[in-house]
Amino acid sequence: MQVDWTIYLTFLGVGLIMLLPQESKSLIRWVALVTGVAALLVALKDYFNYNDWVNAQISAHGALQDGFTQIVNVSWIPALNVKYHLAVDGISYPLIVLNGFVCVTGILFSWNIENRVKEFFAFFLTLIAGVYGVFMAMDLFLLLVFYELAIIPKYFIIAIWGSTRKEYGAMKLVLYSFVGSALVLIGILAAYFAAGGQTFDILELAKHPIAPDVQVWVFPLIFVGFAVLAGMWPFHTWAPTGHVAAPTAASMLLAGVVMKLGSYGCFRGAMLLFPHGFEHWKWWIAWMAVIGIVYGAAVALVQKDFKFIIGYSSVSHMGFVLLGLATLNLIGMSGAILQMFSHGIVASLLFAVVGRMVYDRTHTRQLDELGGLAKVIPFACVTFVIAGAASMGMPGFSGFVAEYQIFVGAFHMHPVLALAAGLSIPLTVAYILNANDKVFMEQDPPAGDSGHGHGQEESGDSPPALPPITLPERVAAMILMALLVIVGVYPSIMLNMIKANVQLFLRGAP
Amino acid sequence: MPVPYFDVLKGLGAEVVLTLTAVVALTLDLVSVRRAEMSVRSRTIGTTAVVGLLAAILPLWQQFNSPPTVLLGGTLVVDDLSVFFKLVIIGLAVITVLISMDYDVGRHVGEYYAVLLFGAVGMMLLISAEELITIFVALELTSISLYILTAFHKGELRSQEAAVKYFMFGAMSSAFLLFGLSYVFGATGATSLRAIRDAVKLTPGLGMSPLLATGLLFTIIGFGFKVAVVPFHLWAPDAYEGAPTPVTAYIATGSKVASFFVLLKVLFVGFAGLEGTTFWFWGHFPSFTSGWTMLLAVTAALSMVLGNCAAIVQHNVKRLLAYSSIAHAGYIFIGLVAATQMGATSVLFYIIVYALTNLGAFGVVAALSSRAGGDEMQNFDGMAKRAPLLSLFMLIFVLSLAGIPPLGGFFGKFYLFAAAVQRDAQHFGLLWLVILGIFMSAVSLYYYLILLKHFYVIDGADHSPIITPTYLNVALGLVALAVVALGVYPKPILELLNSFSYSVVAGCVH
Repeated sequence: MQVDWTIYLTFLGVGLIMLLPQESKSLIRWVALVTGVAALLVALKDYFNYNDWVNAQISAHGALQDGFTQIVNVSWIPALNVKYHLAVDGISYPLIVLNGFVCVTGILFSWNIENRVKEFFAFFLTLIAGVYGVFMAMDLFLLLVFYELAIIPKYFIIAIWGSTRKEYGAMKLVLYSFVGSALVLIGILAAYFAAGGQTFDILELAKHPIAPDVQVWVFPLIFVGFAVLAGMWPFHTWAPTGHVAAPTAASMLLAGVVMKLGSYGCFRGAMLLFPHGFEHWKWWIAWMAVIGIVYGAAVALVQKDFKFIIGYSSVSHMGFVLLGLATLNLIGMSGAILQMFSHGIVASLLFAVVGRMVYDRTHTRQLDELGGLAKVIPFACVTFVIAGAASMGMPGFSGFVAEYQIFVGAFHMHPVLALAAGLSIPLTVAYILNANDKVFMEQDPPAGDSGHGHGQEESGDSPPALPPITLPERVAAMILMALLVIVGVYPSIMLNMIKANVQLFLRGAP
Repeated sequence: MPVPYFDVLKGLGAEVVLTLTAVVALTLDLVSVRRAEMSVRSRTIGTTAVVGLLAAILPLWQQFNSPPTVLLGGTLVVDDLSVFFKLVIIGLAVITVLISMDYDVGRHVGEYYAVLLFGAVGMMLLISAEELITIFVALELTSISLYILTAFHKGELRSQEAAVKYFMFGAMSSAFLLFGLSYVFGATGATSLRAIRDAVKLTPGLGMSPLLATGLLFTIIGFGFKVAVVPFHLWAPDAYEGAPTPVTAYIATGSKVASFFVLLKVLFVGFAGLEGTTFWFWGHFPSFTSGWTMLLAVTAALSMVLGNCAAIVQHNVKRLLAYSSIAHAGYIFIGLVAATQMGATSVLFYIIVYALTNLGAFGVVAALSSRAGGDEMQNFDGMAKRAPLLSLFMLIFVLSLAGIPPLGGFFGKFYLFAAAVQRDAQHFGLLWLVILGIFMSAVSLYYYLILLKHFYVIDGADHSPIITPTYLNVALGLVALAVVALGVYPKPILELLNSFSYSVVAGCVH
């Protein structure tokens, strides 16, 4: 089984779940979990194989010759020469693995969903399958197909199982993504015909130089189209509302993986195919990224809603990804790719704490109403502190490795950029510590679920009455925390393949 | 010249079979089952109609893959393209009959199915017709059948109003069409499409002479009414809403397919060489030539904008789908504006996808609205729980209309847009229309999701499950499957249509 089986296995899981009766809820959960784990194992196996291969190549030749592992490449729609072309390289592997981990932990954190379980996991796994597909598709048309396949389930997941203006948040998110993909679609059509109307294949198109004057206007279409989903300022406004409205697993997916679809698309769809266009626009991108970084962190600091803090912190951290990509140097870009992985894990963990561990128990997310939870649910506090530390960029966690490299890269591009982006560091520390203080430390009595009719009865009268952290939550949180530390202390497990592939990219090879 | 009646009857075998079936249905209802219960009558006559429709496949099957037959001196042509589209019409009619069998069509069961079959005969003749007078006669046969069917809810004022409105607009459009056709005849001295084309090409100075231009304009206006594009769309929402839902399905699909097909032939065969240009000048000035693409481009733009924007504020599902089909007529016009073989193929492909999707959507609405007490949006609240299977089908149909991959609607639209960009690909001359189309489909996603929200998200007051007959479930399931298949694997149909469309555009310059 090659890594493309992650897609097929996940779809198989969707099919199985559709066939199961509505009532057998725990069977459905287990099927979803087994599907997720199976796909993750397939992904991990290939990940390590690829890692070994890259290391062998580097020790033999000093660098990679061609970073891609071709998986399948068959003609799909000959009329437009669309191909079903899947291939993976050191950029996509970390993201595939990330998707696998977020999928598994997301399912574990959704273990308590009781309403319409069957539909929930069917939509959830469809979304996961679409994401796997995007990270492997090497044909622009195919990429768009998987990309849009991942958009629609989000609407239903948020609108049905979400909270706080869920229908508004869901619609806003989907329309933003769809308008983004509309831009991408225009760009793709233009690129296709500008390159002679021969192929949608990314690797083929990368060899066809597209006329510079066309690149200059097509590049921003595709880049911005994808960057909407990556939360680039000023197109980020869907992100906080969407994250807040979404149920836990969906916010984990949104911040953890779906935003990476955007930045991955920027890299693969826009930067690779339009080097000239990128050169033309890179200062704009870098500065917008910096504004996003600082703005996201500053806004997070003044939020009253715990989940909005995390939502805006995602905007800030995704800004680092875009900044890293814009630097166009080895260290900055490698940092950006690693940041995609790192932020995926951190954001998933933070949203799990906010959404599942705190909100599902207290039914409030207002900082003023929360307090003293460290004694009631200490596990949540520990998780939050670790995830928060990684988010601040503490050494020893993956966030440090990633953001440090981005800063260095940005400094190479222009020192002012790095300095401006550096403003976010104290802000990040402040909003994380502030949230930690208000939610877990200060001794206000938690508000309980007075006035929030969420169905669970009388669970939060006094702090000790909160239900304890369940086993699935513990397991999932441990997995994610372990990943933060592993990549933090031993980054070359991921950084080697990223660096080798970024090097290839910078040499002009696809 | 003696008329070779036998050849004509042989060439029109399917139409003959259907006419006979209509007569049988009338007689059967009158003679044997008039006193039986309503459901028995409906079942018996409906089954007769289905058997007749299936029997009509046989003569068509024999004509397929055999050399084209020309009847009555070029009046009617039976080639693979027309045979294929007659099969499509039969398929649509079969599903319409099946939907009708489950629907209360009033006391005149025999008449209902007979008129429905006459309508099918009209559409099939329309598909074969290549001569102006025959086109007009076939169009009238179709239209008059549909006027009658629209009025079939005899007791209901809405139905009567719809029928009168439809009739008045239809009659007026016929007048426009006839006026236009007479001018075309006056200018070229020919009524056969191919003869008109030759006259246009060979007569110097005829090109866009005032006489021919007037004829062309009025012909397009006449067809504009039939296919309901802005500004000739005013009848559509009322007729769609008021007509019995199976009839709405029939109007929106069968008659649209036939009308678009014949419009394609009139424009691409008859007025080949009069396309003119509609190119936007991005920085350079192309030579402008007037022609019919300009008219079509303007109507396409208006239809997409007005259809989609008006659909947003609708509360009635049938009315919403009416506006959406106005918008879809606009998309289809984009393919006509391209005026190339690719454009023709894309139009043919899209009308098939569009017809299947809309038929399915109206079928679900017909089946559910009669049981849920109405066709307002809120009647469908919580349908996902009450009728999970039909709701799933509705999900597929509506998402296909919205153009979400991997469904037929996505690829259909993509191909239309690609065809338009391909025309004048160097200067992206038609990109303006494509950009408008793509953004308007982003708008359309909003109201499609609102519709799905009623099915999936909002919980209704009534939770009783809705049971629909198995034959209907199977029929709609097959339509849904076809919609998925056309998106996932469009290759076979596309290649077939491409080989056909060559015969249409053989006379075109491109």
